[in-house]
Amino acid sequence: MRNKNLTRREFIRNLSVTALAGASLPLLSSCSKEEAEDFLQKHFLEMTEDEKKRMIAKLEQRYLERYGKNFQISTQEAQPETLWGYGLELSRCVGCRRCVYACAQENNLSRYARQLHWIRVLRLKRGNLINLEDSEHYYAPETVPEKGFIYLPVQCQQCQDAPCVKVCPIHATWQEPDGIVVVDYNWCIGCRYCIAACPYKGRVFNWAEPNLPKDEVNPNVHYLGNRPRMKCAVEKCTFCIQRVRQGRYPACVEACPTGSRKFGNLLDPKSEIRYIIERKRVFRLREELNTESKFYYFFES
Amino acid sequence: MENPQGLLKETWHFYKKTLMLVFRGSKIYYAWCISLLAMIIVGFIFYWKQHEMGLIETNLTDQVSWGLYIANFTYLVGMAAAAVLLVIPSYIYQFKPIKEIVVLGELFAASSIIMAILFVMVDLGRLDRVWHMIPFVGSMNFPASLLAWDVLVLNGYLLLNLFIPIYLLVKFYYRKEPNWKFILPFILLSIPWAVGIHTVTAFLYNGLAARPFWNASILAPRFLASAFCSGPAIIIIIFQIIRKVSSITLEDKALFKIAELIAYSMFLNLFLLGAEIFKEYYSGTVHMASFKYLFEGLHEHTALVPWIWTAMAMNVTAFFLFLIPSTRKRLSTLNLGCLFVIVGVWIEKGPGFVIPGFVPDPLGEIHEYVPNLLELMVSFGIWATGLLIFTLLMKVAIPIETGEFSHTEYEKEGYTVKRH
Repeated sequence: MRNKNLTRREFIRNLSVTALAGASLPLLSSCSKEEAEDFLQKHFLEMTEDEKKRMIAKLEQRYLERYGKNFQISTQEAQPETLWGYGLELSRCVGCRRCVYACAQENNLSRYARQLHWIRVLRLKRGNLINLEDSEHYYAPETVPEKGFIYLPVQCQQCQDAPCVKVCPIHATWQEPDGIVVVDYNWCIGCRYCIAACPYKGRVFNWAEPNLPKDEVNPNVHYLGNRPRMKCAVEKCTFCIQRVRQGRYPACVEACPTGSRKFGNLLDPKSEIRYIIERKRVFRLREELNTESKFYYFFES
Repeated sequence: MENPQGLLKETWHFYKKTLMLVFRGSKIYYAWCISLLAMIIVGFIFYWKQHEMGLIETNLTDQVSWGLYIANFTYLVGMAAAAVLLVIPSYIYQFKPIKEIVVLGELFAASSIIMAILFVMVDLGRLDRVWHMIPFVGSMNFPASLLAWDVLVLNGYLLLNLFIPIYLLVKFYYRKEPNWKFILPFILLSIPWAVGIHTVTAFLYNGLAARPFWNASILAPRFLASAFCSGPAIIIIIFQIIRKVSSITLEDKALFKIAELIAYSMFLNLFLLGAEIFKEYYSGTVHMASFKYLFEGLHEHTALVPWIWTAMAMNVTAFFLFLIPSTRKRLSTLNLGCLFVIVGVWIEKGPGFVIPGFVPDPLGEIHEYVPNLLELMVSFGIWATGLLIFTLLMKVAIPIETGEFSHTEYEKEGYTVKRH
């Protein structure tokens, strides 16, 4: 889709979009003001710097009106020589779900009438790790950890060969140079083919307009990450793209009280994640599907 | 006709006569059209609510993210494919009303495809962005995404199935013999294309390693076998209606031949299903969970169990009804068999195929999905749309085919001119 035959495509596109705009006037008149404004917005990767600036200004204005806060919307690109990888020490995880809620807070997820989460913690009976059919997703004891159980947190595994990217009919989701799989929320048509294709349940859908209370909004956002989103587009964990590209840890790593969560650059031989891969017993979930995930589970030594 | 005035007059004649044909009919015709219209309006009102509020108005969730809409879509692609595949036996058995069958089959295919596309449209969360899918305008992920393939083959099939009947009808309208050398390649092309749309639709599910229930290579053959059952079954019923309400004659013999074809296809369909069930149950791996959910229920979740057993009973009964000559060649049992096939296959490859793919989900969660009122009403609305389109097309196409409706020059000659 990129750069080839741009002029011809541009011409055909302008022509068709004009025709389309005329034809879809009745449909548009039914849309909200925002939807109408965004109707002809280009794919993020096809925007010029100028177009990006204008779009960011429009969004910042819109968010200010809606949430009463000044947003910083970053479009920061990937750092060179980086490929992000994640480590999770299963022997330490106690299943407290602090990561789940820290993630929701940081990433502006819908809080109610559908509450969304990018991280899911599964409770498994000891003696079993691969067959998830007997896993419990909604465990709610007084205290954790519980005797006889282990906990398996799952989120987007940022596959190097991602099934979701392959199946998306319109390139609305892609892998960035630093390995993070992102979604252009304004390009997604909401067909949910990616949800069907993901072996990790790494994607969730805004079935309705997201419910994000004003006082809980995080205004430090990335365009491809945690900016407030709209109804009926898909979303997913981005390893906190807004944080990691500025040299910070993902929110889940910071929130974990047991230090089970590790993060780093796979291309840097001195990084913590490389240390773990080289010295611990690591495994990846559903390795047999050849998704080449960059999320390494491991046990102490 | 060459002078502009004559052309204008002729065009006016065509539209006037078309409107007259569409608006004049028996009481049953009126009742039929008005009830379809009512269903369309109700469906549209329900859809509007979904469009405004989002897909939260349906019972879909992150666990079961496709439901009744996509189930209907899958079934209708099969319908569309099968209607055209009927052209093959028409040639082989040299049915007399071959031209009628081609035109009827292709118009039925076109109507089914329109329904299938509508079901995808209502399933989309962002209908306002549907232009992102248009080739050269949006950014189609071709050839990697099977959904991009599906958009192309389905729309291509729709165009093909509109072009062929329109060409033939225009020729009939002017009482000219169609140029078979020109149109036959298109008719022949529509046959592999029909196989193509159904194969691509099967691959759409088939390619997902995350969903073992769909990730079985037997899927595409099973899809084709079941399409060869449901498509011809509905065609048998439509032919009977058409010969009742129009002057087109269709012998019972033709219907019985089609029924025989259904018997063979049903055998193949049940055989392929049996092969799959054997593999899953005998090897007994964790991948069996979805089959277990469908046929016996999983951890007390049994929503689909009565449905699939009803479907199995209907399919097996229909197989015997069509296999035994005495029941095949009696219209009452023949029609009962058709009804069983239409409903049985719908359950089997609609909800019985789509939903178990999501239960249990990749992380082992079991979430039961049952469509809600809105999904039912929107679905009924789309079915009504397709049936209304087909009815109106037939209302105009049949008189053109029989010669009752033609160019003014010929109309004076009276209705009795026969093409055959």
